[in-house]
Amino acid sequence: MENEKFSYDNAIVRKFILATMIWGLIGMLVGLLAASQMVWPDLNLTAWLTFGRIRPLHTNAVIFAFVGNGIFAGVYYSLQRLLKARMWSDKLSSINFWGWQIIILSAVLTLPFGYTTGKEYAELEWPIDIAITLLWVVFGLNMFMTILNRRVKHLYVAIWFYIATFVTVAVLHIVNSFELPLHFLKSYSWYAGVQDALVQWWYGHNAVAFFLTTPYLGLMYYFVPKAANRPVYSYRLSIIHFWALIFIYIWAGPHHLLYTSLPDWAQSLGVVFSIMLIAPSWGGMLNGLLTLRGAWDRVREDVTLKFMVVAITCYGMSTFEGPMLSLKSINVISHFTDWTIAHVHIGGLGWNGMLTFGMLYWLVPRIFNQKLYSVKLANFHFWIATLGIAVYAIPLYWAGFTQGFMWQQFNPDGTLVNKDFLETVTQIVPMYTLRVVGGALYLVGAITMAYNLVKTMRAGTLVKDEATEAPPYKSLTLSAEDKGYWHKAIERKPVRMLVFALILILVGGIVEMVPTFLVSSNVPTISSVKPYTPLELEGRDIYISEGCYNCHSQMVRPLRFETARYGEYSKAGEFVYDHPFQWGSKRTGPDLHREGIGNKQNRPDSWHYLHMLEPTDISPGSIMPAYPWLIEDDLDRSYSEDKITTMRKLGVPYAEGYEAQVLADMDVQAEKIAKSILTDLKQEEFGKSEIQALSKKKVIALIAYLQRLGSDINVAVEEPLAEEAQP
Amino acid sequence: MLKFIKHNMSTIDGIAIYPIISLLIFSGFFAVLIYYVVRMRKAQVDELSNYPLDNE
Repeated sequence: MENEKFSYDNAIVRKFILATMIWGLIGMLVGLLAASQMVWPDLNLTAWLTFGRIRPLHTNAVIFAFVGNGIFAGVYYSLQRLLKARMWSDKLSSINFWGWQIIILSAVLTLPFGYTTGKEYAELEWPIDIAITLLWVVFGLNMFMTILNRRVKHLYVAIWFYIATFVTVAVLHIVNSFELPLHFLKSYSWYAGVQDALVQWWYGHNAVAFFLTTPYLGLMYYFVPKAANRPVYSYRLSIIHFWALIFIYIWAGPHHLLYTSLPDWAQSLGVVFSIMLIAPSWGGMLNGLLTLRGAWDRVREDVTLKFMVVAITCYGMSTFEGPMLSLKSINVISHFTDWTIAHVHIGGLGWNGMLTFGMLYWLVPRIFNQKLYSVKLANFHFWIATLGIAVYAIPLYWAGFTQGFMWQQFNPDGTLVNKDFLETVTQIVPMYTLRVVGGALYLVGAITMAYNLVKTMRAGTLVKDEATEAPPYKSLTLSAEDKGYWHKAIERKPVRMLVFALILILVGGIVEMVPTFLVSSNVPTISSVKPYTPLELEGRDIYISEGCYNCHSQMVRPLRFETARYGEYSKAGEFVYDHPFQWGSKRTGPDLHREGIGNKQNRPDSWHYLHMLEPTDISPGSIMPAYPWLIEDDLDRSYSEDKITTMRKLGVPYAEGYEAQVLADMDVQAEKIAKSILTDLKQEEFGKSEIQALSKKKVIALIAYLQRLGSDINVAVEEPLAEEAQP
Repeated sequence: MLKFIKHNMSTIDGIAIYPIISLLIFSGFFAVLIYYVVRMRKAQVDELSNYPLDNE
């Protein structure tokens, strides 16, 4: 049969390449700002530029904007060629592109202004969540229709990774985004406390797995053989490592919650699967590196290969480190410290960043039919980026170990050596300075690349529709061997592939979540734990909106050095009304779960007031931003009643009709706090008008919330505790 | 919100066998997978691994 003539769509690839570069630069710049704020807190210039709001912008920008566009660029290029078919619909490709950019833009326009769900890497509010879902369907439809209209017999391994990415990201995003809207830009997680934490880290971990890893492994399986001009080292290995990776990854989420209030069995499950994960991860890493066997001399000349070798090496390092970090004995040092930050940046800067750069240096000259503008500049980029990764990560490892051990140090008499949390922070600020240098080096490299590639694009012309030809699908005959081989039956059937992948990833999620949701003994209730008052609920929303969880945990682990510092360890039953949970993942400041009245850490209202006004006045050397607007601005009470209604719908037991009493209750509690602050701070007499004026401020609600944290267990109740809290 | 599932799950007789069956299915899946991968013919492997290289 005659060959069919058709063309590949390179215009869409160019669009995604440009978006990758632009958002990459923005995301890294925001990261650099956030890193600098940790050294020079004065850089928290205004409300919308504070660390708590900027850090989610950084993570969302580099994950979904930089890496996300990188994925689309690579997938749209490789998918067409691996299937010998143009993308099914140019229109859908275009919707995919513009829709994704609008979603990113809406993140830029909401996160810095405090509109956030308060769940890490899933901070975007519900309308954007819905938009992401629709857009993902567009991407999937376009991909699947292209696969169904292909001109090859089988699906190459890269495409399996794309399919697994599509189906799993869809499941993760939908399950973790269940939230009840309060208004257009505010919603509450459907889940609470321990369950919310489990869903969140099942999502968080698998966002790393299925957004930062599997699509990039797919890209590796296409672009490394392309750049090296030789087939992948072992196709057999790729089959096993693919299925093992997607099956095992989905179980590993609970390793983010070791020593927390999550049930022990779930923690152990997470650890076991995390250790197992070394095998399939290294299967991929070795497959990538060994593809270069016999071609290592080319790595010396080819800048694309250099980037890819460092990327794959970083992948190997971080996927070895990950399982190690999930061992409880190591996690006890690493968790809540900068060790985690170093670890994710080996993955982010090393694996995702370097593979993206390598891919772009390979792609741009090809689709523009033009030699790279400057190989010298590209080599410069390679070296400065590699150096940047090292200068970024090594100081943070150092900082992580240092702080982790400082928290644990005891004097012979049983008291803590570093009683003041701040001592452990000021100790590592020099490391934060070095991290800024590392990040800046890396950014300089990325700017160099942008310049180099734009120059290349300008010198050449885009081959918009790359003409090619291939025999039609119908003319492809299957050999007897093909028919007899079982796995090829899956490779030929993309829908079957999707269903298999879906089943595999659902099993892990269901086994972990369903028992935690259904078996009541997993979250023992504590009868003295009561819902938040309306004012505390408002304060909690300020806490979430300012992104306090980015630096403060609310989880005292059951470890001697933790209880000696913070007080009684946190129990699962204390979080049953927390929609969303706010356990945090990093302690740049101290844990706050025992900040409330009656606890070890408790402080007067006036302390909090002054501390919010200017943290360094109270704690010299503190790197916390000041929050003067919380003291100046009045609290918006227009949704206070609706919040109670919404919470009741989520299962929080507020009495029917309580809404009528909300504003009055808020006044009483607020005025009490305002009076105590004025009593402490004012030398002369003050009147009722002063109390009332202060009681309307945002800071009062926040103080109400902070004073409530972890204090319910101190309240005496008549009946004994419903169930003994688990160790 | 999960009352419906909870009720049904607690009324299924011998529900404990389900996780064991699941385990067997998954071990079986990987056993079969490895068996076939090991048995793949060299010609097939070569054809597939050359997919990225033969399309320009």
